[in-house]
Amino acid sequence: MIIGLDVGGTHTDVVLISSGGLLNQIKVPTNSDDLYNSVLDGLNKILKNVDVNAIERIVLSTTLTTNAVVSNTLQPVGLIVSSGPGINPEHYRIGDHFFCVKGSIDHRGREVQPIEPLEIEAIASRMRSEGIKSVGVIGKFSVRNPSHENKIVKLLDGSFNYVLAGHRVSGNLNFPRRIATVYLYSAVYEIHKNFFDAVTQSLKSKGIKVPIHILKADGGTMSVETSVQFPGQTILSGPAASVMGAVPYAQSSGDSLVMDIGGTTTDMAILVNKVPLLEPLGIELGGYKTLIRALKTKSIPLGGDSAVSVDGNKNLAIGPQRTGPAMAFGGSEPTPTDALIFLEIMKSGDFNKAKEAMNKVSSKLGCSNMEAAQLVHIKFCEKLLAAANEMINEINKRPVYTVHEFLEGHQVKPSEILVLGGPAPYFAEQLEKMSGLPVRVVPNWNVANALGAALARATSEITLFVDTERGIASAPEEDFYKPVDKEFTLEDAKRLAFSILRNKVIREGSATDEIEMEILEEQQFNMVRGFYTTGKNIRVKVQVKPGLIKNYDNITSKFV
Amino acid sequence: MIKATRKTGLVFFPAFDWAISPTHPEREERLLYTRDQVFEEGLFDIEGIIEFKPDMVTRDDIRRVHFCVPDEWSVVTESHLVSGGGAKTIGSVVMEKKVEKGFALVRPPGHHAMRVVHGARGFCNINIEAIMIEYLRDAYGVERVAIVDTDCHHGDGTQDIYWHDPDTLFISLHQDGRTLYPGSGFTHELGGPTAFGTTINIPLPPRTSEEGFLYAVDNVILPLLEEFKPELIINSAGQDNHYTDPITDMQFSAQGYAKLTEKISPDIAVLEGGYSIEGALPYVNVGIILALAGIDYSSVKEPDYDRNMLKQSRESMEYIRKTCDQVMEYWEKAPSIKEKMLASGSIKERERTIYYDTDNILENQKEQIVLCKDCPGMYSIESWTDRGKRILAVHIPRKACSRCEDLGYKIYETSARKNLNLIFLQDRKNKQFFVNEPGK
Ligand SMILES: [Zn+2]
Ligand SMILES: [Zn+2]
Repeated sequence: MIIGLDVGGTHTDVVLISSGGLLNQIKVPTNSDDLYNSVLDGLNKILKNVDVNAIERIVLSTTLTTNAVVSNTLQPVGLIVSSGPGINPEHYRIGDHFFCVKGSIDHRGREVQPIEPLEIEAIASRMRSEGIKSVGVIGKFSVRNPSHENKIVKLLDGSFNYVLAGHRVSGNLNFPRRIATVYLYSAVYEIHKNFFDAVTQSLKSKGIKVPIHILKADGGTMSVETSVQFPGQTILSGPAASVMGAVPYAQSSGDSLVMDIGGTTTDMAILVNKVPLLEPLGIELGGYKTLIRALKTKSIPLGGDSAVSVDGNKNLAIGPQRTGPAMAFGGSEPTPTDALIFLEIMKSGDFNKAKEAMNKVSSKLGCSNMEAAQLVHIKFCEKLLAAANEMINEINKRPVYTVHEFLEGHQVKPSEILVLGGPAPYFAEQLEKMSGLPVRVVPNWNVANALGAALARATSEITLFVDTERGIASAPEEDFYKPVDKEFTLEDAKRLAFSILRNKVIREGSATDEIEMEILEEQQFNMVRGFYTTGKNIRVKVQVKPGLIKNYDNITSKFV
Repeated sequence: MIKATRKTGLVFFPAFDWAISPTHPEREERLLYTRDQVFEEGLFDIEGIIEFKPDMVTRDDIRRVHFCVPDEWSVVTESHLVSGGGAKTIGSVVMEKKVEKGFALVRPPGHHAMRVVHGARGFCNINIEAIMIEYLRDAYGVERVAIVDTDCHHGDGTQDIYWHDPDTLFISLHQDGRTLYPGSGFTHELGGPTAFGTTINIPLPPRTSEEGFLYAVDNVILPLLEEFKPELIINSAGQDNHYTDPITDMQFSAQGYAKLTEKISPDIAVLEGGYSIEGALPYVNVGIILALAGIDYSSVKEPDYDRNMLKQSRESMEYIRKTCDQVMEYWEKAPSIKEKMLASGSIKERERTIYYDTDNILENQKEQIVLCKDCPGMYSIESWTDRGKRILAVHIPRKACSRCEDLGYKIYETSARKNLNLIFLQDRKNKQFFVNEPGK
């Protein structure tokens, strides 16, 4: 049996599944001030009358780190940053313990200026005296040569609870994002560790000893141990849970648009042949642009409970704010849900209150209640589809850097829409009419997020750089470094990258029989100096793509 | 957080899968380290710097500028179409005020491509700046344009295309033609009789450094721009004046390029040459982008940059001063000389030989222009190469008078001779293009 748990803003969903299908589903209110007890409450309820020895797998997705970032309740972090020439790193200062130090590496990974150990030691002692427990070390081009970061980490050894080097978070080039990413990992370290130590402890006390997996923003999972080492990957796992919950029902070839319609917001994502598209670089949250791998999602402030208003010029607006529930459910302002109830598409709530809500709208518009409700219904779907188009255009307009990609690159064009979330079933028909695409409601749409978490498999990514002129192959995320000769080829690089990735994803909690690896990028350049070829510059990026655990379809086929 | 004070658009198209030949300077690797530097600096994340995906150049875009022999598709590759398309995209977003400044960081380059194209010269097949400018003229009604070509090589292609256009001020700053390809670009090259003075050349001696370049900017380029009052300033931003460039002999730097960009303040910059792919391009491009966007660039420096090592000699500076004085004198005298030349009202003929180094083609041209008092004058070019191709190309300028317009059509219609493979009519006034194959 598998437990999937997803902590949402208002409630926490838990599912218990087995090869027999969905065995149980639980909803408990989320107490954002005490997520630990919300999680425990959910687990306790789902485990009632269940033989804990039959539990094989537990996957948790929480808003813990997301909330910490958004509400800025982060622990103080010391940041040691070396950059050399370029934009002044002071521009990227975060917090009061930000130290720019000597040392620089160029774009090929060659040392331009060494670090100054005495300078680092002085900073370390200052940070200790300031009570810093968590430290990030970031160098420009450290993914090309991590030696400066590694030396600095060594100099700090033992004095801090958490020390993270920039090259470990991503193989992507982007110094400012590397700084922000390392900062966030370090800033949520303590809260994340304390939380999951407690959860693990309490599960153990219930006799559950199976490994616990944590959902990441890229829709994959990692072991709880990995999450403690790299806690930032849990930020924004919420939208990913829902998207993964839609994956089992997507067409196996073609593009699907996923819409998770909630009370206040709608999250959208794109699946290509059942695989969610990823952000090119990483999450943007709370003003931080990061290298945290994530699904490409678009969130808009529009949901079933968005307030409907009409201005002096008879312009109808839906959202962006939510003032409370629908009037039919005891709220004070008209909402799209009231329109659905008045139109008798949705058969719950207080019809008379819904009518009252439509009255408020129609009186200002000077039309009938029926017309007002229809207008709200149509306008809501219009806004959803417009936002989806915007996201698709943005994806298709993404710059490419080769003639081949320019001419042959995949252009996203959805041929179906999958909807989930509370109000989703009631908008499906209208969305289908307006988009001209088949719209399907994800079965068990109300707990699809928890199901997504339960069924998600481990994901991972590594980047391999090879520079045969310098004679090196390196995969910075794994601190992998190997001398290579001039004969090293792109094929060798791909093989090496796959073997590094395989080891990594198994260590991070993947079952050994479900590792589907693929190449995200492969490039090989002849390096010519004068008129002679002096070496090859190879870049290979490989991933285990987001997807579902083996035999998921045995389980999900029984849901419908 | 860092923020652009001028909203700046970038098209970045490094064509990582295109080369003239595997070891050619214009090869896949050329913008690799620039990409790495630009990405690592996080430039595309800066608020106010926006990356755009390039459009593709169409056949009509090429036909506003060139006469391609035998046709457009035979002289370009897809990479040229995207590179020119990138310039077009940047031009459009600037004109539509989506951004204040734009930079097309694209390859292959274009400034050696002339009006008639039989093949590639100086790594260029089609002139991407001219294609952009003529597109902007038709799409947005731009009239007066200034092009400042700061590539180390004389921008002879752009000069050729605008030789007879008084609405386009072309200024080229380059290493002296006696010491570098293409061997032209002397101060006395001032434009055709109807556009005399709107072509300006500032040849600089080898090993010119920041001081010399910025002197020419302050003392010639800025005053000329001020006087000409262009609606758009385009910078052909070649980067081969750098002290590490392998095929030239100058001593310019990333700091110098950034200062030059800040002073000229072009609306649109388009990458041209620059072949020090590791030591120069990553830093120069970052410097140019920051300078365009109005962001502090003071710490953008090459790892081995040493300003004192790059000082030029006193004699050299003296020579540059004299050259600049001479250019300014020519600029002041040009209008009266032009008036005298036009007074004859006849037809002026010139003959010349053009060598296509990249494709090893030798072209001969005979050009005839009407010295018209009412317009920039219709002209025709008879061109034949050592490959045996002979064509006649007729150009009717955008502001042609009706006499010149009629004459252009008359020549096009009556010139069919056996020995001509192709006859072209480029009617910029009515935005038409015709081709006639007399043999068929
Ligand atoms: Zn050049
Ligand atoms: Zn005329």
